[in-house]
Amino acid sequence: MSGANDEYDPKQVAALAPQALARAVEEAQTAFAQAADLEALAVAKPVHLGERSPLMTARREIGALPPQARADAGKRLNDARAAAQAAYEERRAALTVERDARVLGEDAVDVTVPTDRVPAGARHPITTLAERIADVFVGMGYEVAEGPELEAEWFNFDALNFGKDHPARTMQDSFYVAPEGSRQVLRTHTSPVQVRTLLERELPVYVVCPGRTFRTDELDATHTPVFHQVEGLAVDEGITMAHLKGTLDAFARAVFGQTSGTRLRPSFFPFTEPSAEVDVWFPERRGGPGWVEWGGCGMVNPNVLRACGVDTDRYSGFAFGMGVERTLMFRHGIDDMRDMVEGDIRFAHAFGPEV
Amino acid sequence: MRVPVSWLSEHVALPEGSDAPGPDELAEAFVRIGLEVEDVHSLGPVTGPLVVGRVLEIEQLTDAKKPIRYCRVDVGEMEPAGIVCGATNFAVDDLVVVARPGTVLPGDFAISARKAYGRTSDGMICSPAELGLGDDHTGILVLPATVATPGESAVELLGLDDSILELAVTPDRGYCFSVRGLARELACAFDVPYGDPAVLEVPGSDGPAWSVHIADHTGCGRFVARKVTGLDPVAATPWWIRRRLQLAGVRPISLAVDVTNFVMLELGQPLHAFDAQQLDGDLVVRRAEEGEKLTTLDSVDRELDPDDMVICDATGALSLAAVMGGASTEIGETTTELLLEAAIWDPATVARSARRHKLPSEAAKRFERGVDPALPPVATELAAQLLVRYGGATIAPGRTDVGRPELPTPVVMPLGLPDQVAGVRYERGAVVHRLTQIGCRIEITGGDGVTSLVATPPTWRPDLAQPADLVEEVLRLEGYDRIPSQLPPAPPGRGLTVVQRRRRSVARTLADDGYTEVLPSPFVSAATWDCFGLDAEDPRRNTAGLLNPLETDRDQLASTLLPGLLEALARNVARGQRDVALYGLAQVVLPRSGAPPLPVLGVDGRPDAEQLATLQRGLPHQPLHAGVVVAGQWERRGWWGPGRAASWADAVEAARSIARAAGVELSVVAGENPPWHPGRCAELRAGDRSVGHAGELHPGVVEALGLPARTCAMELDLDALPVAEHRPAPVVSPYPPVLQDVALVVDATLPVADLTATLRAGAGELLEDVRLFDVYTGKQVGEGKRSLAFALRFRAPDRTLTVVEASAARDAAVSAAQQAHGAALRS
Repeated sequence: MSGANDEYDPKQVAALAPQALARAVEEAQTAFAQAADLEALAVAKPVHLGERSPLMTARREIGALPPQARADAGKRLNDARAAAQAAYEERRAALTVERDARVLGEDAVDVTVPTDRVPAGARHPITTLAERIADVFVGMGYEVAEGPELEAEWFNFDALNFGKDHPARTMQDSFYVAPEGSRQVLRTHTSPVQVRTLLERELPVYVVCPGRTFRTDELDATHTPVFHQVEGLAVDEGITMAHLKGTLDAFARAVFGQTSGTRLRPSFFPFTEPSAEVDVWFPERRGGPGWVEWGGCGMVNPNVLRACGVDTDRYSGFAFGMGVERTLMFRHGIDDMRDMVEGDIRFAHAFGPEV
Repeated sequence: MRVPVSWLSEHVALPEGSDAPGPDELAEAFVRIGLEVEDVHSLGPVTGPLVVGRVLEIEQLTDAKKPIRYCRVDVGEMEPAGIVCGATNFAVDDLVVVARPGTVLPGDFAISARKAYGRTSDGMICSPAELGLGDDHTGILVLPATVATPGESAVELLGLDDSILELAVTPDRGYCFSVRGLARELACAFDVPYGDPAVLEVPGSDGPAWSVHIADHTGCGRFVARKVTGLDPVAATPWWIRRRLQLAGVRPISLAVDVTNFVMLELGQPLHAFDAQQLDGDLVVRRAEEGEKLTTLDSVDRELDPDDMVICDATGALSLAAVMGGASTEIGETTTELLLEAAIWDPATVARSARRHKLPSEAAKRFERGVDPALPPVATELAAQLLVRYGGATIAPGRTDVGRPELPTPVVMPLGLPDQVAGVRYERGAVVHRLTQIGCRIEITGGDGVTSLVATPPTWRPDLAQPADLVEEVLRLEGYDRIPSQLPPAPPGRGLTVVQRRRRSVARTLADDGYTEVLPSPFVSAATWDCFGLDAEDPRRNTAGLLNPLETDRDQLASTLLPGLLEALARNVARGQRDVALYGLAQVVLPRSGAPPLPVLGVDGRPDAEQLATLQRGLPHQPLHAGVVVAGQWERRGWWGPGRAASWADAVEAARSIARAAGVELSVVAGENPPWHPGRCAELRAGDRSVGHAGELHPGVVEALGLPARTCAMELDLDALPVAEHRPAPVVSPYPPVLQDVALVVDATLPVADLTATLRAGAGELLEDVRLFDVYTGKQVGEGKRSLAFALRFRAPDRTLTVVEASAARDAAVSAAQQAHGAALRS
């Protein structure tokens, strides 16, 4: 170590000599360049840039220089150290890039392996379709009404203008509830909900009634004893059959696309008069666009309104009903009713959360 | 009803020539006005020289084993035609149908001259099947001897250019079960004149044909009888009647039977013919007596019901009125005196009798829909006249006509009602025109500023009872296609109710969790309850039953969703699925104890509140249940490692998942409820109320039902969950948490839920969350004990919590556990 303010002695301050500095820088550059990875670079760094490195110890010698030489030597030393530092930074950046590339490469996986650790579930397309239909009507301002499946005959038949022994009553193939004379059936249609609605709600009413219904048909490719209907009912002042037609057309467009629409054919139902069968124009029908039988409808029979205490001079209404299974079958080209009934998970899985 | 177009068009002035509607246009017209066309069946087509021929000579060409005959047939030309034929059911002088060379028979069957057995066969003698008249290949068609002369075209004679419409008639239109009614509909559809076949001169009579007494006027509204004598019992039915019956799908039998069937098809009035010589004394029309018996025409001995209407003589019941005749007075091959009977029966009585005796006869079908009460004299007259003309009979002078049939009453309707209901402005006069067209007599009345019409419906339209019925007639005949499409004003709907939205959320949640929705069957066998191990008092055995189940052993309505869900599970497993997780949402039926019998209510007005309440109480409780069943692996095995079997815990988690979706707190306690495993059954509670169970099924049940080992299930009553209308928002603290773990040694029987609740209560407000993360049993904690390790997360709402504060709260929690459960802190 040299004392301060001594006479200038080049030998004593050899560490600050330009050649010495250049050599130190060169050694540092070489060492950094030869460092194969960040670990080797980390080992080399204190040797050439640390407290005890030549470039750091040289600073202490500055005091040994005559004052007029100090600025010059200081600048040289700073330049030298900056050069060594830059060499380090450059190498570190290069090695970091190299390391990152290697590590990411090692992390790489086969992203095509299966990822479904927990198998997916699914909703049944019958319920999603029924909900979708209900939503169409909720969008039009209707409310959703419901009722019990084991129903009083009064709701299922009498109040709906089915005469006691009229053939229309037997046409429905009811399941009768024990004991004999219980006056209870499994509802053969969702229409009893119409009656419940008219008895329970304030007029006007606009409701849609999705639900499970029952008839004594053996299960086969085109029949099932347990099925679903969606029924609509509007009772208000000045309701016309044109309103019924307009509502059905809007319904058809919502479910079968903008080019769809409906056609009415005269028919008979005890609870509507006039009554009609509804055909829907289905643009995606198998075998080409065409009319498909869809459901029944009509103007609510005044006898039904009277049984519910509705003033028939002031109010009129329309009602319509469709089978959900039938709608799903032709809309999606399903050939066998049993696929919808048996609960095979492969069937429901083929549909998404929407139908 | 099957009806040939040729028969219909006899009574309707349909457009002719090039405007003449084809069978498909007729079918369309029927559909347009409300008759469903099930099928249009065209005979033929036949082109070329199909003619009538008379057999002149027959020469046997081969031996009798496979006889081939060469026939010389007069076909109306100079020279007879020589034809080789393999059939033997005809003889010299018979009239047959000959397809000459150049004829093309149905099925593109072209006939040409050909050589056979050394002769030239100049055409073919045809069988009914070859002509498209059914499938009879057994012989050739032999025509009645006098229907035609050789050389005449057989196409027209046989009606081979005819078409048959098969129509479905709705229950309100009984009159359409006849050519008379259908022809009228067709006339309305084309707006053309119509000739009513029931307009027939009915001559006056001299006293009754037979003494008849109606003892029950409710059951029988009118009874008309006419007697014919001197009938040739073997007289042949004329060709044209046979042909029409065949085309209408009725088998010709004998002249008397064919005539009654023909009149029924033509007019819609079922007729019955008694062998008058077998009748013993006066006839009485009455209800059957208890235990009375009758052998009907189908040779079945039937025990009659006191509700059945019967026609009797001194010997007792002769006929199950309106449904089927009796065997004792059946007309046969020797009958020469007939009593023709045409009556009007109460539709409801007929419907009940036909159903009771399972005899949906052609007559019953018409009577239960209502037969025109003006028809009986006309129908008996027409039948009698046909028997005179074709059977050599004589009509006896008397006619019986007793009873007081109910006739339709006039209906008053504002003239503008059809416009108002349809939303259409019909042309002036259209309403009156259409109502007149269907047979109503119309009067216009004024007053009160409203012009009304009084329509007296025709006798064949008992269905026209109120203004709406008249409106339908106008609308359908003017065409439903005239009704415009118009949306009603949108009502101010309130959207789905909270319960409806909750149901959807639950369904979505279960599907998202990995369950697949199925629609469980509501029909259950009582044997299932034994399989489930339910004791005799179990409420689930208290089911509603069906009187007419499709499968006799599945006559109970489900009181739980499990049988239906497990059935679907088993089906999936049988089809090769190993890992199955199913859910179902459906109503179950739970009969109420002491439910009142349902009252008989009228339909003339709204029932009163008490009647409605009784109706409601009398029906079973039908809550909406949610259920899941799961078997196999919950997590699959894969490249990530082994799978994880579904367990009781997944079933419990399904319930918790539902509770989260419903926004309610569900607590879980150990439960015991078959069919669940007694040690692996959780009872689910909302507040103090038990709402369901979850866990693993009892191994015995699994075995009895053939389910995969360790099948698990959950079922809860969704309707029993409280409705969460408002869900309060939490205060979300932005300050950091302090995490602390504690391990407590407690009795192995202490439920984790209890200890967790104690910790939560003991730790106080600063505790944000507590979770069990480890359970240890073994020597280190001692027999009958276990160590439960919890992770506690503390946080303050308004400041950074210090470790000292958190530790104090933890210590408070631990000491609460020590006090409550004797828990020891494990170090």
